[in-house]
Amino acid sequence: MKKLINRRRFLQGSLVASAAAAFPLAKNTAAANFEGYPDSMGVLVDLSRCVGCRSCEAACNKEQNLPAPEKPFNDFSVFDELSHGQKRRTDETRYTVVNRHDIPGLKHPLFRKIQCNHCLEPACLTSCFVNAYTKTPEGAVIYDASVCVGCRTCMIACPFNIPAFRYSSAFDPKIMKCIFCYDTRLVKGLPPACVEACPQEVMTFGRRTDLLEMGRQRIRENPDAYVDHIYGENEAGGTAWMYLSPVPFEQVEFNTAVPKEPILNYVKDFLSIVPMVLTIWPALFTGIHLLATKKEKMEQQKKSEGSES
Amino acid sequence: MKTFIENKPAIPIVSHLNPNGSKWALKEKLWLGLSKQEYKEQFIRNPVNWVLIFIFAIGIPILLQRYIFGLGSITHGSNDYPWGLFLGFGLFGMVPLSASGFLLGTTVEIFGRKDFTPIERLALLNGLLGYFFAVVYLLVDLGMPWRLYYPMIVSLGPAAVLFLVAWHVATYLSVQIAEVSSAFFEWIGWLKGKRFIKSITIGLTVAGIILSTLHQGALGALFTYAPTKVHPLWLSANFQWIHFFCSAIFAGLSMVMVSAALCKRYLTWRCDRQFLDNIDRCTLGLGKGCAYALITYLVIKLVGIAHDNEWAYLLTGWGQYFMLEMALAVILPMMLFAYGVKHQRVGMVRLAAWISVLGIIWNRLNTSMICFNWQTYQEIPHWKEIWATVTVFAIYFIVYRFILYRLPILYQWQGER
Repeated sequence: MKKLINRRRFLQGSLVASAAAAFPLAKNTAAANFEGYPDSMGVLVDLSRCVGCRSCEAACNKEQNLPAPEKPFNDFSVFDELSHGQKRRTDETRYTVVNRHDIPGLKHPLFRKIQCNHCLEPACLTSCFVNAYTKTPEGAVIYDASVCVGCRTCMIACPFNIPAFRYSSAFDPKIMKCIFCYDTRLVKGLPPACVEACPQEVMTFGRRTDLLEMGRQRIRENPDAYVDHIYGENEAGGTAWMYLSPVPFEQVEFNTAVPKEPILNYVKDFLSIVPMVLTIWPALFTGIHLLATKKEKMEQQKKSEGSES
Repeated sequence: MKTFIENKPAIPIVSHLNPNGSKWALKEKLWLGLSKQEYKEQFIRNPVNWVLIFIFAIGIPILLQRYIFGLGSITHGSNDYPWGLFLGFGLFGMVPLSASGFLLGTTVEIFGRKDFTPIERLALLNGLLGYFFAVVYLLVDLGMPWRLYYPMIVSLGPAAVLFLVAWHVATYLSVQIAEVSSAFFEWIGWLKGKRFIKSITIGLTVAGIILSTLHQGALGALFTYAPTKVHPLWLSANFQWIHFFCSAIFAGLSMVMVSAALCKRYLTWRCDRQFLDNIDRCTLGLGKGCAYALITYLVIKLVGIAHDNEWAYLLTGWGQYFMLEMALAVILPMMLFAYGVKHQRVGMVRLAAWISVLGIIWNRLNTSMICFNWQTYQEIPHWKEIWATVTVFAIYFIVYRFILYRLPILYQWQGER
C-alpha cells in the first residue's frame, strides 16, 4: 500500500510540473502570430547613400560611453582589417561598425552599417533562460545585466551575430550590444545617436509601418536604383532596423539564409514534446515495470501460499 | 594497493568489522585501512598520480587565471564561437556519457532485469559524476558562475530550452545523489537512510527516465536556436532532440562498459567475485543494447537528412566529413557490437565501446564547434582552454577513483545491508 501512495504522489507531482511547463508554452503559441507592437519604431538604412564616414560609429561610442578605440574614427584603414577572413564585427568595444564592400561591376564601393536589428521576436530574448532581454513597445531590444548568468546562448541564437561578451572582465562580464539608445533617447521619442549623426541621411527613423511604406515607395519610384527587397521586413520574423540595397543583398554580405520566420519556430518542435513526456512517461514506465515484474510477484505469492497450507 | 593487500589480511575494507573484532572508525575507512605512511607509499608508487600532478601543476594556475583575469585570458574570447571546449566537451560530451545511470536504473529496477545488478551501482555513480562535472565545466565557462542559481529563483525564463536543461540537470543531480547514497549509507552504516531510499527507488528511477529524456533532448534542441550556423547535416530542427537522446543511449552504455573494463583491469583488488564473474556477461548484454541503439540512431539520422532533403550536401566536403563520422563513430562500432555479441567476443565489444565513447564526443564537438559557423571559419581553441578542460577531467578522474576505492560500488558490503 505504501508504494501505491508513493506512486500516486509521484503522478501528482508530475502533473503539477507539466502544468507549469504548459503555461509558458501557451504563451508561445499566442506569440506565434505576433507581428510586433503596433507603434514600434524602426530605422530604414539606405545603403546607396552611405559614404563610410564612420560618424555613426563615433556617435555611438560617445553616447554609450564605450572605451576609446585603438584607431580614431577618421582612420579609414579599419576597412581593410580582417580577422579570420571576416570583416569587422560588433564586440565589447563597439555596438556598431561600418564595413566597406567592393562590388564587382560597380564603380564605387558600398558601405554597410551593422548593429542590433532589434527583431520583433528576438532570438536572443526567446533563448534567454533568465529573461535578461526585453522587447519594449517602442521597438528596442534591451538587456538587463543584473540577472545575466553569462551563458552566451543569446550569442548562439542571434542570426545576425550581434551580441558580444565582455570576456576581458572576470568580475563584471556582460553582454554588450546596441540598445537603440533606449534609455537616453528612444523613450523620449528621439532617434538614436547614430541616426542623428549621419551627414548623408542614410538612416530614417520612424514608425516601422511607415518605414516599410517609405521603402516600398523608394523602390517603386526608382526601380533601377534598388533591388526589390527590404531586408528585415520578414527576416527572422521581421526586424526594426531594415535595409535597402542597390545590389543583391548577398553581395553586401548580408546573410540571406536567415529564415523568414522567428528563430523560435525552429525550437517549438522540441518545446511541444516536453509536456507530453512529463505526463506520459510516468504511466508508461510504471506500467512497464508492473508488466515486467508480474511473473516474479506471482511466483512469490504462490510460494507464500504454498508455505501457509 | 596490491602489495599491501597481500601483507595485510584486514584490507580491503568490506565490512564494519575489523578482523580483530573491533569496528572500523570512519577515519580508518577513509584511509582505506592503511597507515598514513602506507597511504603515501601507494600514492607515490602509482605512475598515474605523477601524470595527474603534472596536469595540475600547469592546469590549476590556468584555472586561477580564468577566475582572476576573466575568460578572455585563457580562451580566444571569440564572439563568433561563444561556446568552446568547456561546453562542447564538458557539457555536450559528458552528459550523454552519463546516461548510464538512468539506463541501468531502468533496466534493473523498471524492467526487472536483476542479472544486471552487479554493474548497476557503477552505472549510477558514472552518471552522477558525469553530471556533476558537467556542472563544474559550466562553472568554468559561465561568465558569472556565482549566479548559477539565478534561473531557479531570481529571474525565470521558462520558455527557453536552457531553462529546461538547468532545472532538469539540477533535479536529476539530486535524484542521482539519492540513488548513489544507498551505497554511502551502507558504508557509514546508516541503514535507515538506505531503506528509505530503497522504498522510493521506483519513483526515483522513473523521475530519472523523464528528466533524462528531456534534458538529453534539450541539449540537442539548444542547437535548433542556430539554424543558420550549424551545418544542416548536423542539425535537424525537427529531430535534433531525438538524435541527441538516442545517441546518449549507446554513449551511456558504452561509457559504463569502458569504466567497468578499466576497473576490472586496474582496480581488481577492489572488485569482488560477484562483479568480476559477471562483468563479461553484463558487457555482452549491454553491447547488444548498444547495437540496437546504434542502428536506430543511424536510421533516424538518415530520416533527418531525407526529411529536410539534404542529400546534395553529402557530395560536398562537409558531406564527406559527415559520412566519415557516420562510418567511424556509428557503423563501425555497430558492426563490432553485433559481431562481438553474436560470437561472445567480449574484447571486441569493449573495443566497440571505446570507439563509440570517442565517437560521441566527436559528434558533440562537431555539432557545437567544428561544424558551427560552417560558412565562415573554424576556430582552434587556445592551448590554455584545452589544458583547463583536461584539468577538470583529471579532477573528475580523481573523484571517481576516490569513491570507487571506498564505497561499495564494485563490491558488496558484508554483514548488515
